[in-house]
Amino acid sequence: MIEANQLRKVFDGFVAVEDVSVSVGAGEVLAVLGPNGAGKTTTVRMMTSILVPTSGTCKIAGFNVVTHAAEVRGHVGVLTEQHGLYERMKALEYLDFFGRIYRIDRDTLKKEALRLMERFDLIEALDRRIGDYSKGMKQKLSLVRALIHNPPVLLLDEPTSAMDPQSAKLVRDAIIELQKDKRTFLITTHNLAEAQVLANQIAIIRRGRIVARGTFDDLLRRFVGEPMMELRVNGSLDGAVEAAAGLVTVKEHGDGWLRFVTRQPERDNPALLAKLIGLGVEVVTLAPITQTLEDVYLNVVNEDEADERIQRIAE
Amino acid sequence: MNGFNASLSNALLITRREVRDSFRDWRILGPIIIMTFFFPYIANVLAGRMIDFVNYYGGGVISTRAIPFLLMVVGFFPVSLSLVIALETFVGEKERRSLEPLLSTPLTNWELYVGKTLAAMIPPLLASLGGMGIYLLFVVGGSAAWRPQAILVVQIAVLTLVQTLVMVAGSVVVSSQTTSVRAANLLASFILVPMAIVLQAEAAIVFVAPDFNSPTGVAFLWMMMIGMFVVAVLLLRMGAAIFNREELLGRAIDSINPKRIGRGIWRNFLAVDDAGNIAHSVREVYARAVPYSLRRLRPMIWVGVAAFIGAFAFGFIVGLTPGYQPTLPSDLMTIEGIQKLQLSERFIDPSYRESVIRGVYYLHLRHIFLGIALGMISFGVAPLILMPLMVGSLGYGTAILMANGITTAPIWVAAIPHLLLNVPVLIIMTVAGFRIGALVTKLPPNMTIGQAWSQALGDALKLGVFVGVPVLTLTYVIELLVLSPLVSAVVAG
Repeated sequence: MIEANQLRKVFDGFVAVEDVSVSVGAGEVLAVLGPNGAGKTTTVRMMTSILVPTSGTCKIAGFNVVTHAAEVRGHVGVLTEQHGLYERMKALEYLDFFGRIYRIDRDTLKKEALRLMERFDLIEALDRRIGDYSKGMKQKLSLVRALIHNPPVLLLDEPTSAMDPQSAKLVRDAIIELQKDKRTFLITTHNLAEAQVLANQIAIIRRGRIVARGTFDDLLRRFVGEPMMELRVNGSLDGAVEAAAGLVTVKEHGDGWLRFVTRQPERDNPALLAKLIGLGVEVVTLAPITQTLEDVYLNVVNEDEADERIQRIAE
Repeated sequence: MNGFNASLSNALLITRREVRDSFRDWRILGPIIIMTFFFPYIANVLAGRMIDFVNYYGGGVISTRAIPFLLMVVGFFPVSLSLVIALETFVGEKERRSLEPLLSTPLTNWELYVGKTLAAMIPPLLASLGGMGIYLLFVVGGSAAWRPQAILVVQIAVLTLVQTLVMVAGSVVVSSQTTSVRAANLLASFILVPMAIVLQAEAAIVFVAPDFNSPTGVAFLWMMMIGMFVVAVLLLRMGAAIFNREELLGRAIDSINPKRIGRGIWRNFLAVDDAGNIAHSVREVYARAVPYSLRRLRPMIWVGVAAFIGAFAFGFIVGLTPGYQPTLPSDLMTIEGIQKLQLSERFIDPSYRESVIRGVYYLHLRHIFLGIALGMISFGVAPLILMPLMVGSLGYGTAILMANGITTAPIWVAAIPHLLLNVPVLIIMTVAGFRIGALVTKLPPNMTIGQAWSQALGDALKLGVFVGVPVLTLTYVIELLVLSPLVSAVVAG
């Protein structure tokens, strides 16, 4: 549904996006992470045919973003970074305006608008002017606008940034539901936990380039390493480190704890426990350390920053 | 629904939404109500006082003309509001961040542009026509008992409509090319100043027109209407042509980088191909750079040829039209006649001959570069008038001489270098100047207005410097060293 190949965008000599290639199939969610100014919004704008790529190709729902701009725009729902609503209008009037641009007949449009307003807990605010909505409500209404024409592809720029936890969960649930309905999502976000929950694929973009891409597990392995286990004992380790070293790779240890990695926890963990018990070590817990997307993100960004520094020195 | 109807229906969706939004804003609605209902009342009172005053001093004609003048004023005041609405039509939405969702829809550029332009026009125009209607009720049904020529009222109403169109078209262009409402307001003076001049001219015409009571209306007002309508159409075309989704969210004309502009023009001045390569030697300029620019002008060359032929034909026809023919002395082309005019002495005098030839040389040079400069600010119309004007006067002169039975053959012989060398060059330069201004009404594909202007200006300067100046200089030298002594010898007998 989204096929971008070596997308590049240059503004007056400034390279905003360089060599961005992504492929997102039906029912998949790609989360694009990156610092402010990394090129996320520019990428989304190229995918909605607002910006023309300087080079490279991109197809959305099978339509080329340069040669079939109107068709592309007809097949995507876009949630922009700033919600940008017409504040003097009421919600139904607003949705009617956008729905009619997409040539949806009045009855269907009204039904769909009411259904979505209900789905996103906005039905109570139908008769209020949009200007009177809270920030989170405005963002939800923008999302309803993006969904009103039932698009197969959704490009969402920071979909839950202004929402309270309850509303954010509502939106996440809606995304998961739509994903089951074979919709394709590209989500840009700073909320790493959200990306970890929603995304099948994650791309980290920095200075216009994708510096890491893959599933969460892939990225974890590549940038954080194998899953780490933590063993906590009652008292001192007393030979436990040496005993563990024969079975697993000990990474670090301290007073009453040690951390190790193993490729085969099913085989090694019981063996290690048996050995330690044999040594008289009182094991309190043995558990995997939770690794998050934040660890991946920070490692990727730090690695890229280091590369950048080396490159600058070389120049 | 066919393509056009579907597009129009989409454009009207935007218009409806924006007009509704305007009427919800008390800051727009308030002035509209005041200007529609209250201002005509004031104008009527003012007209009554003025009529009494000028009649007291026997100035009846002034009072007759004050009423339509005030009708124009009543119509214009609400129209000035269109400027405010139109100036913020794109840039205002951009500042409120509501533009991007709209740009992400399947609406075409044309639909967005037309929809928004109409939306900026309708509320002020309704107020204007409403105000004029109320004022007319006052002056026709009230104590003034004005009984105007219907055509005059129609003229003023149409004039108001066209003024609105011009102001809105110009403001929407500004609005779609700036980054902030503040910048748009500052640039509004480029619309307000010419409109203020036009309004003063209209007022003067209404007061002094000799054909005020003509059954076909005041001729000058028709001319102004047509002129403004042409400008409005050109502005609308220009606006639609340079309207660009990408640039709306990106750059703007309120930040000008002279260095970058200069570099762009310089590269185009020496460009030899579309890849941006430039000429590095004079030989390369003539072998590659000049033909490259000429190729681009080739599809438009007929415009220049038509302008020159048309101008000559027009001048010639006017010259043959009775009433436009001055009678020349019958002995003008006889030796005695020439002697009487002391022409022979002048032609024998080399410094006089040289000054005439130099004068023509400098005139052509001025026209070349003036055409380029004026082309930019006149939608390309100025070069089409400037250089063909000379040809038109030549046609007129030829007709006058022929009408007086004077043979023109010697003149044509003397003009051979001009015909063979200068005329083609001047046609090329006319087209180059025309292109600079006209391109804003239809941009080349995949080019921004800045890129297109830079290319057209680079081409025009290249052709002016490397073709225009050398060819005109060559003609100057031939005329000075060969033709001038020859003519002098013939005249001297």
